[in-house]
Amino acid sequence: MKLPFIPPKPPPLDRIRKDVTQNEVWKSIFRHSYQDNQRNRALQIVDNVFLHLHPVRVTRHATNYAFTWGMGGTTFLLFIVLTITGVILMFYYRPTEAFAYNDMKALMNDVSFGPFLRNMHRWSAHLMVITVMLHMFRVFLTGSYKPPRQFNWGIGVILLLLTFLLSFTGYLLPWDQLAIWAVTVGTNMARSVPLQGSEGPFSNYLGLRPDNDIRFILLGGTQVGEPTLLRFYVGHCIFLPFIAATLMAVHFWRVRKDGGISGPVVDTKASAGAKFIAEKMSIARLGQIAGKTTTNGNGKAAPAKAPVKSLADAVQAASPNPATEATIAAKSAPAAGTNASTGAAPVTAPAGTAGKPLPPWLKKT
Amino acid sequence: MEGLHNFLKILTQPDNVPIIIMMVSVLGYGWLGVKQARRNDREGIFEATQSDKVQTWPYLVKVEFLMTIGIMIMLTVWSITINAPLEEPANPTLTPNPSKAPWYFLGLQEMLVYFDPWIAGVMLPTFILIGLIVVPYIDINPKGNGYYTLKERPFSIAVFSIGFLILWVALIVLGTFMRGPGWYFFWPWEFWDTHRVVALTNVDFFEKFGIASKNVDGSFNLLQVLLGGVMVISFLVGIPMFIWEKYKEKKPVLREMGVIRYAITAALFMMMVGLPIKMLLRLALNIKYVWVFGVGHDLFFNI
Repeated sequence: MKLPFIPPKPPPLDRIRKDVTQNEVWKSIFRHSYQDNQRNRALQIVDNVFLHLHPVRVTRHATNYAFTWGMGGTTFLLFIVLTITGVILMFYYRPTEAFAYNDMKALMNDVSFGPFLRNMHRWSAHLMVITVMLHMFRVFLTGSYKPPRQFNWGIGVILLLLTFLLSFTGYLLPWDQLAIWAVTVGTNMARSVPLQGSEGPFSNYLGLRPDNDIRFILLGGTQVGEPTLLRFYVGHCIFLPFIAATLMAVHFWRVRKDGGISGPVVDTKASAGAKFIAEKMSIARLGQIAGKTTTNGNGKAAPAKAPVKSLADAVQAASPNPATEATIAAKSAPAAGTNASTGAAPVTAPAGTAGKPLPPWLKKT
Repeated sequence: MEGLHNFLKILTQPDNVPIIIMMVSVLGYGWLGVKQARRNDREGIFEATQSDKVQTWPYLVKVEFLMTIGIMIMLTVWSITINAPLEEPANPTLTPNPSKAPWYFLGLQEMLVYFDPWIAGVMLPTFILIGLIVVPYIDINPKGNGYYTLKERPFSIAVFSIGFLILWVALIVLGTFMRGPGWYFFWPWEFWDTHRVVALTNVDFFEKFGIASKNVDGSFNLLQVLLGGVMVISFLVGIPMFIWEKYKEKKPVLREMGVIRYAITAALFMMMVGLPIKMLLRLALNIKYVWVFGVGHDLFFNI
């Protein structure tokens, strides 16, 4: 005998959802609904203290991983990972000669998830050095340090240095052979600083000795010892992260103020449509100049009056587009550069575009 | 065989894993950048067609979220599988051989072979930082702002790539994998012999021509000081001045730069190319210094 199939009664999802969301507590936390519409997408960014680092809208190429490599964001992520794991590690570590190494041993052998915690801290630190370098490489390759982002590039260089210093001060803390000798090799350089190190130029005239030079200030002694451990510990956990976080705030703020994630500098209202029309018009205009120029009284070439045939022609007749003019100028005289300080260098069509078929993405638009 | 085994051991040391990651990622991402640059140079700037606006939620947040997940998975797997090194307790009386700085400073440590510490360890790193910071102010080429290109700014890309890929990344790799005990050079197939004895055959440049660097009483040989000084100063200052004088009329880019920008650029550039030249002189021709000179007791120009 076959039993008839009785479908289970669906749970009253709508009622549950209503009960959960239609009350004062929920509404006090979440200020908008999750219905997918433009307004909620914008509020999602604006109403969230962490996400509102972003603008509500970004250029399309800023979401292209191949363009940004995601290295700036990854570096920030690693900084957060390092802060969290680092703070937890501080519970298990005392920066003194008597305890430091034993605490590391205890961390690796006795503490639950101790090795995992320490490994994640160390590997994140190494990875952060790599991602910072790659971020710099990408920013250079795309010329993103150019106006108006010159100052932010400088901040970035300081942040690169701070990343090295953070990693270097952390290197000493395990207090094993690897740590003290790597730091000894590194800090020996301070002996040779001109005017400040005991073995640097002019040290004799200034009476610099190993016990009163800049290395002594750095190490708190004439060799890497307990005072060095404490200095590096405080520098690693408080001083350098504080400076780095402050400069990161400036760095991110300047990214926003300088126009978001860098992109081609277009001197029209940056949009694909404007760009497309500019390209079309420049090609049309070039053809015009090449074919139908007449000479006016001053001996200068002037474009012939052609009957208005297309939209592009109409736009051109109404307002000579600066992008078009600049494109033509760049084509006829490659050396004529735009003023660098204005930062409004027009994007020129690549040499030889005129007459050639357009690339596929331009055709599609 | 023993040597290769030794090399594999160094290659797979936990702290050297990041260097492998650095090599692979620098090459991979570099290739990605060059690919886009060539496409832009060939077919027009792709990014310019992508400059319409999209909403950050979800288009950008999605990418960041996936990246976060990816990095966290990578870190978790890495942290479970490989333990951070913890060696013997610190012992100031027992110096390991070789003693190496953290891996990201090994390029700087490598420079110590070729110059005095105050030059290699202090002045050159300072110039690297200053040079990086002034890059936007000396590069006045308005093209290539915000997109990948090789054609529109070949010089700046070439200089930065050589500096980053060879003088920074490659020197780190060299310092990690090929500098063994006594900071001697070892090929990957050579065993890191702590007791290796290397004959000191390096001589100063002018000693090759029979001009001693120092007199018998230890004072500097004036002829060598003069010749070496002329050589070093004409390299650092003379060549840039010659180029300026010869080409300032012909090359509009020099006029646009102006003499101050040009001087800063040229000084930094000559110092940068000076490093590989000195490395080549030392490694290939066993030349110790080109100019041996000192003022007073503590200011030495051993270049």
